[in-house]
Parts: sequence; C-alpha cells; structure tokens
Amino acid sequence: MELKEQTGGSVTVLHVGEADADPTLRKALAIGADDAIRVNAFPKDSLFVAEQIAAIAKQNNYDLILMGRESIDFNGGMVHGMVGELLGLPSISPVMKLDIEGSTAKMAREIEGGKEQLEAQLPLVLGCQEPIAEWKIPNMRGIMSARTKPLQVVEPSSDTVASSVLQYELPPAKGAVKLIDADQVEELVRLLKNEAKVL
Amino acid sequence: MAILVYIEHADGAVKKTSLEAVSYAKALTEKTGEGDVIAIALGSISADALAEAGTAGASSVKHVADENLNAGVIQAHADAVAQVAKSLDAKTLVLAKSSLGDAVAARLAIKLDAALVSNVTELPDLSDGYRVKRSIYTGKAFAVTAVEKENKILAVKKNAIDLATDGAPATVETVDLSLDDALFAAKITATDKAEGDILLPEADIVVSGGRGLKGPENWHMIEDLAKSLGAATGCSKPVSDIGWRPHHEHVGQTGVKVAPTLYVAVGISGAIQHLAGVNSSKYIVVINKDPEAPFFKAADYGIVGDAFDVLPKLKQALEAAK
Repeated sequence: MELKEQTGGSVTVLHVGEADADPTLRKALAIGADDAIRVNAFPKDSLFVAEQIAAIAKQNNYDLILMGRESIDFNGGMVHGMVGELLGLPSISPVMKLDIEGSTAKMAREIEGGKEQLEAQLPLVLGCQEPIAEWKIPNMRGIMSARTKPLQVVEPSSDTVASSVLQYELPPAKGAVKLIDADQVEELVRLLKNEAKVL
Repeated sequence: MAILVYIEHADGAVKKTSLEAVSYAKALTEKTGEGDVIAIALGSISADALAEAGTAGASSVKHVADENLNAGVIQAHADAVAQVAKSLDAKTLVLAKSSLGDAVAARLAIKLDAALVSNVTELPDLSDGYRVKRSIYTGKAFAVTAVEKENKILAVKKNAIDLATDGAPATVETVDLSLDDALFAAKITATDKAEGDILLPEADIVVSGGRGLKGPENWHMIEDLAKSLGAATGCSKPVSDIGWRPHHEHVGQTGVKVAPTLYVAVGISGAIQHLAGVNSSKYIVVINKDPEAPFFKAADYGIVGDAFDVLPKLKQALEAAK
C-alpha cells in the first residue's frame, strides 16, 4: 500500500489455500488491495505453491511480486526463488527496505554479519522481512468497501509436488533447568565443562 | 555420478556449516552409493583454503573463480551450480542451510527439476522410499517428508551431522563457465559487513543480551563474556528495535536463527519469538534477575541474578578455569 500511495498502480493479493483464508483476503482488501485471487487448493508443498503463483503471474504481468521471506510453519524460504526461476525474473530475499524509482527497485537486504544495498529493474520477485513496511490496520471505510471488491477463486493450474509430509514428530522433552546460585558461578563453569562438555 | 555440494566461504575460508554439508554428503553417499563427493565453490578464494573441503569428505572441488561471483548474486550462483551439476550428472545436491543457500537452492530446484528439502536434520531413511526428517516451526517440531523426485536437493541444518576432519586434502580444479550478463541483473551497490567477527549462524557459542543490560553503554559486558568464551554476540528484538545493536545481531523468529552448542542469554525474558531463534541450541544458559522469566523453562542451566553482578564473576570464573 505504501508503494501504491507513492507510485500509483493497483495491488492484487494472491493466496494458494482453502476457503478458510477468505476472511484474511477480505482483510487485505480492507487495508487497500484492489482485488484478490485465491487458488483453491491445499498448499501441498513449496513447488506446488510456486507453480500456482507463477501461472497467475504469467496471465497478469505484475511489475512486482512480493511475499514473505519464509512461511511460519515450514520455514523453507524457497517459494520466491522458485517463482523467480519459473518466470525468468530475478528473485531477492530477505528484502528489508524497498523503494521504487521509475522502473528501478532500490533495496536493502540482510546478509550474514551485515547489510547489502541492491538495485534491479522491475519486474522482480522479492521475499520480504520486517521492517519492510509499517503495519496497517483496516479502517471502517476500508472494511465496508472490501465487501464489494472482487475476490476471484480459481482452480489450480497444475498438480505437481516434489515432496509430501508423512508424519510429524515432537522433539524430546527438555529436562528441568538446573539452577545455580548467583554466588557460585564457578559451579556453572564446572557443569559446562564436565557435564555438558561444551567448553 | 557424484554428489555435488555447494559450499560458501567467508573471510578466505570455507564456512564451517558448508564443511558440515560436505560431511553429510560423504555419509549420504556411503548409504546411497552415489560415488564421490564433489564440492563447488564460487568467487575468489585460495586453492589451499578449498582443499580443506577434503578433510570433511570431498574428493575434489570445482572452483569457478569468476570474481563477479564474489557477491551473492542469486541467479548467477544458481546458474553456475546447475551447469556443474549437469556436467557431473549429479542427482543429489547438498548445501548448508543459509540465507544465500536457500535462495540459490530454490532456483536450482526448478533448473534441475529436483525436490528441495530444507532444514534437514538427519541422513535420509532409505528403508521405504526416500524419507528425510526436517525441522519445522523453527525447531519446535519435525516433519518426516517423502521425496518424490529422482533429483534431490538437501539443505542441511547446522549440527545435523558431526563434522568429519580425517579426510585427505581435496584436489582443486578451476572451472571456466560462461555466465550470461542477464544473470547479474540484480546489482549489489554497497555492502556493509563486519569483518573478522564470528558469524552468528556459524558460531558454536553465542552470547546474547536483552533489555536487562539497561543500555548500549553496557554492551561491553556481553562482548567481554563472549570473548572469554570465543563466542559470537547476539541480542533480543527489543534491543535491535530501540537501536542499541544492529538488526543483523537480532536473534529470533524474524531475525537470525542460531543453532550453537551453547547459547547464553543475559537479561532476556524469553518471549516465544526469541525462543524460535534459539531452540535448536544444544545447551542453553539463562541469566536473569526475574525467577519467573519464561526463558528458564527452555534452559538447561540458569542463574537467577543481576547481569551486572553475575557477568563479571562469570568472566573471572571462566578465565580461572582455562
């Protein structure tokens, strides 16, 4: 929405998932997106999701495709790269600052031990991370107008998957914490050395 | 046939996590019989430094020395690795999970028509198909995943396997590739990087500080303790949000995720978003003056006490024990 305010244009929100996500798409419309598309399918794996996004993008010629750097559940961080490769566009992640000047995107990305400034021509696929933009809360007018904005539901264009989850497991339970008296820090050093063997 | 390992380097040496990926590949080929482990390194680095990959299990290293690859240009890295993978007819590519590695692997999955599994924590189970265990929900759970393509890319999490150090130095071969200009469409215009510091995602010991330190002027206490431990330093999100420390030191869900053998948290209460960044640590020590701090529940060892009182004593005890 910040980019739209600065440069004009329209914003489409796209989701690959089932109908329980519709309220979230309506909220995005209330915040200011112009239209929404939901690919009606359970997101089986990252390749499946990337192929759906790429198929929609091919029909619509977006200048910029933004998404989060990784999902909160599987933490793969791969969908943006796959979409970029499928569309033949550069993909950059994790982008923490983005300015558009004409057809040039100026970005900052975090790298191990520091920061990097980048420039690239649109169109681009970006995986984004806080603090890319200010959080916006929908206002009453937005909520009212979101009800009539288009939310298009389409069926998936392909059914390819590369992997499937067979089962979930929990890590072994953590034992109770060993508390050491603040006046006996030597004891902590001894435990780290002899019990944990990490020193 | 071979297993190819994409290795990263920093400050003139192969990263430790990349060496772990080499050891993982070596153990993997002993299971699958896929032949030699061959590493690929991109950009400027000495042949001697690359030969080090041999100690971890690689028989040779393909070095694409093109200095345009020094920066982590994702498209170009992916293209170079794909060219070498195809020339070797490698069906499996292994790499260390990292911010650059993820991005490169995603593009390679499409280029090589491969199944990409990230955050891999163990060798695959081959007793019924090809099953890989990976960490999900930032270390709070695991998913056993069936891989359904012949070509595979495994992004290995830190500490998934013990680093082997008994191999002979690898032979290093320089490879010239033709890389299209369009691959360098994203231009890196400036890099601001601390040199010589231990990188957070690589570190075996991490000392992090939170708001309990009361201000940036007290950060030397964290740095002093880190120095005695040979550790990297991190911080909690509030500390980077209020500008005491740079954002790249922020450990947590939306910052750096670490998996050291020892994590020491000083003056951090242990919000769930912070725990998400540290719960893959082998041992956690928590120092906090609030006995009710939720971090104690996730810790192995704890000291209830004021950082200003405990840290100097701890530093002294560490020095004495050396």
